[in-house]
Amino acid sequence: MLTANHLSHTYGSGAGAHAALADIDFTVEQGELVSIVGPSGCGKTTLLRTLSGLMRPTGGSVTFHGDEIVEVPTGLAMVFQDYSRSLYPWLTVEDNVRFPLRRLHLPKEELRSRIDEALAAVGLTGHAAKYPGQLSGGMQQRVAIARALAYRPEILLMDEPFASIDAQTREDLEDLVLEVKQRFSMTIIFVTHDIDESVYLADRVVVLSKPPTRVVTILDVPLPGERDQISTKELPEFIRLRGEVARLIRHPRDAQEPVAAAAG
Amino acid sequence: MSTVSGRTDSKAALPGAATRRSGPMLRWLGTRGPREFVLRWVVLFALFIGWELAAKAAESPYFPPPSEFAARAAELWLPADGTWLTEATANDVLPSLARMFGGLALGSLVAVVLGVAIGLSRRLGDYVDPLIQFSRAIPPPALIPIFLVLFDRGALMRVLLIAFGAMWPVLLNTIEGVRSVDVIKYETASIFRIGFADKLVRIVLPGAAQKVFAGLRTSLALGLILMVISEMVASTGGIGFHIVQAQRSFQILDMWAGILLLGVLGYLLNLVLTVVERRVLAWHRTTNREIA
Ligand SMILES: Nc1ncnc2c1ncn2[C@@H]1O[C@H](COP(=O)(O)OP(=O)(O)OP(=O)(O)O)[C@@H](O)[C@H]1O
Ligand SMILES: [Mg+2]
Repeated sequence: MLTANHLSHTYGSGAGAHAALADIDFTVEQGELVSIVGPSGCGKTTLLRTLSGLMRPTGGSVTFHGDEIVEVPTGLAMVFQDYSRSLYPWLTVEDNVRFPLRRLHLPKEELRSRIDEALAAVGLTGHAAKYPGQLSGGMQQRVAIARALAYRPEILLMDEPFASIDAQTREDLEDLVLEVKQRFSMTIIFVTHDIDESVYLADRVVVLSKPPTRVVTILDVPLPGERDQISTKELPEFIRLRGEVARLIRHPRDAQEPVAAAAG
Repeated sequence: MSTVSGRTDSKAALPGAATRRSGPMLRWLGTRGPREFVLRWVVLFALFIGWELAAKAAESPYFPPPSEFAARAAELWLPADGTWLTEATANDVLPSLARMFGGLALGSLVAVVLGVAIGLSRRLGDYVDPLIQFSRAIPPPALIPIFLVLFDRGALMRVLLIAFGAMWPVLLNTIEGVRSVDVIKYETASIFRIGFADKLVRIVLPGAAQKVFAGLRTSLALGLILMVISEMVASTGGIGFHIVQAQRSFQILDMWAGILLLGVLGYLLNLVLTVVERRVLAWHRTTNREIA
């Protein structure tokens, strides 16, 4: 569905140039949830910006349904890492969620129900008339998530969406993402630096290296489809996977020998 | 191992703390509460009493006591004898206000349109910056002779002079306001495939609104000044004309009454602008607050 072909991106040129992405190759299939993990500053946000069509990569290409992406395609949405900067402080919570729906020309009732459902899903019913400035950071982030959910994209890119949300709400929202994926057979690319989260949510985990960034490995997550915050995380398979991801991030080269890596 | 970086959002529920304050907006005439109200008005009142006493003691024909020229102003311009519009109001105040609002509206409109264009395009900004810096440095009254030649002595010349002189604060502030809008707000709109016109109306303008209002406030004061000055030259009506005319014919009370009228008008206009701004920027008082 979405493919990155030898994607590379360098910021600036000459002496000040910074090679953020060196060579990224992977494909995301329809209905799949792929999580992307990597060390801080390795270019995860840069990657999502090129995948979304917001920014042209300096090398390689991205294809969506086989067509090369040159601008943001229809049916794609993104939740930005800088959620507070991505909300419109002059619009109420409800109007922020309504904003992207303007162009979809939905019937009135559907517009209403989509907004209400999205706000309910992130637990913000009753805050609809407030302005973002009246909400805490975690609540603002949930508004940004609700906005993307109400838009019902085919593919949703999420850039560390739960970074500023408390542990309990975070687990609820993780389960919400899984539910939304099921219900609308949404394809999701989920950037996170939380290793448990990356394994718990994903069908596959893409592990990135330090800059210049490449794909270290793509791990399959053969956990049962129906996931549960407690029992799934107790499975030996889950524990093995999260250990492997952690090792891959820390020592990408000797990751194939887990024992040696653990001793070092 | 795995990292968990969840912050708690215990600050979450503070229902509508900020919105509720917008209610008694006018109750204290633009001040924030009874205390400030008393402080502000008592000082002003005391000043007038001092002035009154001093003027009475001095008995100078050029400095009449405020009570006298205030009474004269009321006689000239306050509604009386069943008519809303006294002759003096129709001759002096209304034409003046019409010219000033005309000039301000025109100047602000041009300034906002130009400001948005310049604010959005770095390149355009680089091209026109020297021109702007030069033009705004010219004291507008110095242009009266040219404007008189170009547009004759009618209302148009005065409206254009006010427009030209008062547009700079709005222009400069609009440019700054537009440039201050966070690029992520545009990118968010791009992600949802929002078109250019919608971005303009729903992101650029609201994002720059606070600065635009700051510019309008300065422009309003400039507009009033230019209105008076333009009416003091080659004119047959308006508040400025009234003041000059009164001075020339030694009607000192009328002269002072005109000055008082200008003060009151300036105050009221600013008050109106403040109220409009608070309405339009109601959302703004919700940010930069302890809850943000
Ligand atoms: N607009 C830009 N111009 C120049 N360099 C940039 C720009 N944006 C990002 N970079 C650099 O590219 C690198 C990757 O940045 P990016 O934000 O994509 O990383 P990230 O993995 O998302 O980081 P984080 O984990 O902090 O979210 C960083 O070194 C950053 O300084
Ligand atoms: Mg990032």
